[in-house]
Amino acid sequence: MVRTIPDGPSVLYIDKHFIHEVTSPQAFKGIEKRGLKVLRPEKTVATADHNVPTIDQHLPIKEELSRIQVHQLLENCANHNIELYGLGHPFQGIVHVIGPELGITQPGMTIVCGDSHTSTHGAFGSIAFGIGTSEVEMVFASQCLLQNKPKLMRINIEGELNKGVVSKDIILHVIAKISASGATGYFVEYAGSAIRALSMESRMTICNMSIEMGARGGMIAPDETTFNYIKGRLFAPGNGQWDHKVAQWKELYSDEAAKFDLEININAADIEPMITYGTNPGLGIGIRGSIPVTDTIPDEGERRNIIKSLQYMGLESGKPLLGMPVQHVFIGSCTNSRIEDLRLVASVVKGKKKNENVHVMIVPGSQQVAAQVKAEGLDKIFEEAGFNVRQAGCSACLGMNEDKIPAGEYCISTSNRNFEGRQGAGARTLLASPLTAAAAAITGVVTDIRDLEKEFQ
Amino acid sequence: MQAFTTLTSRFVPLPIENIDTDQIIPARFLKATTREGFGKNLFRDWRYDSNGNPKDNFILNNPEYSGKILVTGKNFGGGSSREHAAWSILDYGFTVVVSSFFADIFKNNALNNGVVPVQVTDEFLKKIFALDKEATLTIDLEKQKIRIDATGEEETFDINHYKKTCLLNGYDDIDYLLSLKEEIAQFEKEHTV
Repeated sequence: MVRTIPDGPSVLYIDKHFIHEVTSPQAFKGIEKRGLKVLRPEKTVATADHNVPTIDQHLPIKEELSRIQVHQLLENCANHNIELYGLGHPFQGIVHVIGPELGITQPGMTIVCGDSHTSTHGAFGSIAFGIGTSEVEMVFASQCLLQNKPKLMRINIEGELNKGVVSKDIILHVIAKISASGATGYFVEYAGSAIRALSMESRMTICNMSIEMGARGGMIAPDETTFNYIKGRLFAPGNGQWDHKVAQWKELYSDEAAKFDLEININAADIEPMITYGTNPGLGIGIRGSIPVTDTIPDEGERRNIIKSLQYMGLESGKPLLGMPVQHVFIGSCTNSRIEDLRLVASVVKGKKKNENVHVMIVPGSQQVAAQVKAEGLDKIFEEAGFNVRQAGCSACLGMNEDKIPAGEYCISTSNRNFEGRQGAGARTLLASPLTAAAAAITGVVTDIRDLEKEFQ
Repeated sequence: MQAFTTLTSRFVPLPIENIDTDQIIPARFLKATTREGFGKNLFRDWRYDSNGNPKDNFILNNPEYSGKILVTGKNFGGGSSREHAAWSILDYGFTVVVSSFFADIFKNNALNNGVVPVQVTDEFLKKIFALDKEATLTIDLEKQKIRIDATGEEETFDINHYKKTCLLNGYDDIDYLLSLKEEIAQFEKEHTV
């Protein structure tokens, strides 16, 4: 904190600024118009992810506007001395996948990016949040941002998870419980034994979706799991500094006496594999559950909202989703495209073939994840199953490139948003975990992973 | 940024809750590298069919409604942080958005572009939606008041004091941050992560 304006925001210093091709061009133009250079290029890291094709990345981008945007990033980074992991670079990938995997993301840092899923980095105990392009321009110009102090929420999840339940189910359960706007104005800490037991990649999935309940940031106190993950990564502190850093990081936790504006307790055993039925991530149910009966929803606004959602989704009030045919499965996005996610998928599909009526797209989060997939032979498993294995990028999570779901068709997606048209105009998205997505790829219908495993035992 | 003091205008009612930024401006229109021209794709998929023909039942296509104020249902602007949402609203011609709840990032983006997010109570919002289409609203930023002109009913709205000063004068944050150059350099000397 550089200073606090009386009766106003504080000036927050930014330790790491990630940028990508879509939300940065206007910010570069803005500082150039003022005759400025990026103040701290060494604290800025760029990649191309939102717009890029996920096949033939070695060829020029076909779509003209995308090509121009990616090219502008290249020029802007060159002009301002910013490290760019662009197309073809072995470190290229989804910005929230590459930061952690390169060891750039570290506990205690303030991290921003012109992307709402920047909350992902909070899994390391960093203060990480998404910003708009004007704010990107502010960070370029001053390495600082004006921020108001958020309210504090803690979500405690205690106990052991049920079989077939993974971190995506935890966060979908939480959002269904507190709604898509229930954490607006808050920063959220996730705590409790069920969170402590998670790997770093699982923790990232949870923090990633904090924004889906309105919170700008979500965080988890760093611990041995965090330190072990970071150690030895390319930009992690070296041997000479390591012990000193870890000692500092160990201090980053909420005091016993810490006061939260809101505290929510969840029993891990109550969490089922989750799936969404509506057009915001808060409209989720257990995989064996039924869509709410709209007539019984007391709040008029919410009732109208769900009716509108169901109309768009072509689904009926009160009905279950289990057994419903889907035409697409998308495995990817900054939520679930890391190596552990892809290992989970491989564990389900190994030796099996996808259902003939379903198209399956699997998009690794980064070049490094793709390389690891190859090294472990997972690509063979996916190809033999009939999956379409693609190259790194945001892809069908937001359909900015050609990876889109056709209008009216259903897609079980490991991504983070089921908004109208998110995966393509008219596309119908059902959010779920990599396990549930893999199960649907095999059966062609909404499936409880636990049933599938029984069947094959 | 254009300064904002007061505005009296008719309004366009959009009584839908949870309008996310993907609805305000779909991702496929984010490929431009300037801030201008997004207004034509505001609410694109609600406004036009897949052949690009205007949908008659969407309010922006109804010539009987117009004005510089957009009035929407609860929780406006959630989801993606794309500032293109604020740009498209401004470019279309709105300078005020009224709702009973705003998502955080959208609110900041709006404020950074001279679009005033006016948060009212659910009751006041209902009253606005019940008005006829010729009705006007007045927003007085200095007094932080929104008024239904026909009845004189008004409500006070909250706005961050610092942001209010910026809007009233047309200042932006960058001017302020640049004035702290030495203080920031000093901070960097004392703190390294």
